[in-house]
Amino acid sequence: MSKIDKNNGFYIPQLEKRRAKAKRFKYIAMSALIVSLAFLMFFLYDMFRQGIPAFKQTYVKIQVEITEENLENPYGFLDRDMISIVSRAWLRDLPNQAAANPEWLGTTQEFWALAGAESDQYMKGGENRLKDRVKDRIDELKESGDIRFQTNLIFFFTGDSKIPENAGFYSAIIGSILTMLVTMSLAVPIGIMTAIYLEEFAPDNKLTQFIEVNINNLAAIPSILFGLLGLAIFINFFGVPRSSALVGGMTLALMSLPIIIVSSKAALKSVPNTIRQAGFGLGLTRWQIVRDHVLPPAMPGMLTGSIIALAQAMGETAPLIIVGMIAFVPDAATNILSAATVMPAQIYTWSGMPEKAYIEKTAAGILVLLSVLITLNAVAIYLRKKYTKTW
Amino acid sequence: MSTQSLYLIFFGGLLPLMYFGYILGRNKAITIRTKGIKMHSQPDQYGWFSALYTGLPVMTVGVVGVFSYLFGFDGIPPFMLIVTALSLGALSLFLISKKMNEHTRARNLVEEFIKGILMMAAFISILTTFGILISIITEAIHFFQRESFWGFIFGTTWDPDTAFLAGAGRGGEDVAEAKFGAIPIFAGTFYITAIAMLVAVPIGLLSAIYLSEYATTKTRDRVKPALEVLAGIPTVVYGFFAAITVAPLFVDLFEAFGIQASYRSALGAGVVMGIMIIPIIASLSDDVIKSVPNNIRNGSLALGMNKAETIKFVVLPSAMPGIIAAVLLGISRALGETMIVVMAAGLRPNLTWNPLEDMTTVTVKIVESLVGDQEFNSSLTLSAFALGLVLFVVTLVINIISITIIRKFHKKYKVSNL
Repeated sequence: MSKIDKNNGFYIPQLEKRRAKAKRFKYIAMSALIVSLAFLMFFLYDMFRQGIPAFKQTYVKIQVEITEENLENPYGFLDRDMISIVSRAWLRDLPNQAAANPEWLGTTQEFWALAGAESDQYMKGGENRLKDRVKDRIDELKESGDIRFQTNLIFFFTGDSKIPENAGFYSAIIGSILTMLVTMSLAVPIGIMTAIYLEEFAPDNKLTQFIEVNINNLAAIPSILFGLLGLAIFINFFGVPRSSALVGGMTLALMSLPIIIVSSKAALKSVPNTIRQAGFGLGLTRWQIVRDHVLPPAMPGMLTGSIIALAQAMGETAPLIIVGMIAFVPDAATNILSAATVMPAQIYTWSGMPEKAYIEKTAAGILVLLSVLITLNAVAIYLRKKYTKTW
Repeated sequence: MSTQSLYLIFFGGLLPLMYFGYILGRNKAITIRTKGIKMHSQPDQYGWFSALYTGLPVMTVGVVGVFSYLFGFDGIPPFMLIVTALSLGALSLFLISKKMNEHTRARNLVEEFIKGILMMAAFISILTTFGILISIITEAIHFFQRESFWGFIFGTTWDPDTAFLAGAGRGGEDVAEAKFGAIPIFAGTFYITAIAMLVAVPIGLLSAIYLSEYATTKTRDRVKPALEVLAGIPTVVYGFFAAITVAPLFVDLFEAFGIQASYRSALGAGVVMGIMIIPIIASLSDDVIKSVPNNIRNGSLALGMNKAETIKFVVLPSAMPGIIAAVLLGISRALGETMIVVMAAGLRPNLTWNPLEDMTTVTVKIVESLVGDQEFNSSLTLSAFALGLVLFVVTLVINIISITIIRKFHKKYKVSNL
């Protein structure tokens, strides 16, 4: 819009004001969008800032004379400062290691020992409760190269622990996988079958309409209520073990069922009716049409919906807290009946811990969870883009 | 005998039996056909018919058996049950192979079988609704048998701490009675929801307007996935964000003005909840605004209104029902949101207007009363179900209203992609 010619016979004085107002409106709308994207950026930045340090861990070089006496009392052979630098978890594990390597006995071995959470925080420049004397000692070690960072493998390969530097995400990852297997094997087949029945077979009567309204409502019910259902029916009535991947998975399956049904129905609906009519014209039965001509083009849409629903279930915490999946689980669950914890529940438990080291672990856990979820969603979107047919 | 070997025997018997049924049925059909007799269906359909109806009695007995064990009838030893099921299957296989002839409508019978299985799946999905209703209502009734209903709805003190004493049989004259007045909890819930909506509605709606009316296709394609990421973030992560980052930020901010704020303030939880709801409102309103027909816009532009005026006076009023529905869905999400408030709002029921104090919500109380080592039928545990019932009813009503509005809106503009 160029400058308005005020000598124009059609000039209306309010016009400039109106245009200014319109411009303002546009900028307000734009800034709202920018604000919401800024939230996302700030959020992601904050998670990375807090979580990245947890992927490295301080290790300190020490020499240990492996003798019977030292193994019996692993706290004895270190001086006062080193005791507060080296992790208790590592010292406790030393006799086990020595037992695994009997040839060590009587020799002096050099170890890169895991450092305690407080000295780890000091190395990373965070808050800590170390005494100044110990801090000086760490500085000395740093100069001589006897203390260094290594990639934190403990985080990925051990379970939860009450000792912060020894706590890992492994049991939560395994628990999440087991729970998701239960959820997937229940919710996906039942959901898709329900959608096929409602969309292809059910007569359009009052009952079917009631069922559809019902499913739409279920999709919007607060997730915590599914936890109440799991507690009252699965645990109390059927006696499924509390905190197990089975009960968690069944609860999440009920939660993701309506979402899977709704998206599968949409996928079936997008297959044009002419295909079905052509099938009938050739004398096929309904099931033959559905199996051979409706399901193949609808499959990508159904898969996408299922993946998105499962990703949502994977990040869900509230119903799992209700069915007891926030127990302290140091070892990974081996079957679906033993006590398990899942990634979001582990995040919740760690976030309530007072030690600073756990906050770092929480953020790192969040990064792991988010990357899994974003990958799942990206796969779903890719499938949708690649295979969706436009008729 | 262990459960695993029982399953092994069951499926080890069932699957070969069905496979045998398939071979038998198909071979018989082929034999009949080679005689030149006209048949109703194709040979493999006879095979499927024979296999499925061999398996049917076996599976029926199996499922009935499993459920009767779950409900506590264990009169028959499981091994006997499996043997019965498998011999029934063998019997039906025998009958089928004997009776099957060219008049058997195998194709239709297979069709009926599959329809039946699909119907069962649909039935299970419906059962969920009733499962929620029944489980919550029965436990809530247990609660209201002990505590007064009106005291729960209108009472202003929530002090259940002594309930466990009564549960342990140590209740008496000297122990103060537990009070279950839920008003402060409802008030906290609605207050935090209101704060969340104050954040989410303007930002979400304006973002939707910009995306659907102003943004170029390129911007849209880039921004929409970002909003989807925002919508896909688990709530426990938002909770951590609220508790660790946002709450201290607010405390520092208000400290600068000399105002004391709690680390578990309603404001912090509400604002983060609002951020969580922005993408929900934005994407729903975006769909609605885009479905307003273009000729309405063109008519308004032809009358000399500029773009902003068209949006404000023509597009938004037409889209209003859909926008209201989107906001209602956002409200029901906020009411039922759990992790953010558990991690960032308080535990103390607190009846106040000050958003900087800690407050609690229905969902926090549900979690709190179910996490401890309480006896299942203590009043405290049951109170969770009473609160859950209230939550269920409120969100259900809101959802029904918003779904009805959306449906009407789509009927009006003849679009059906929602």
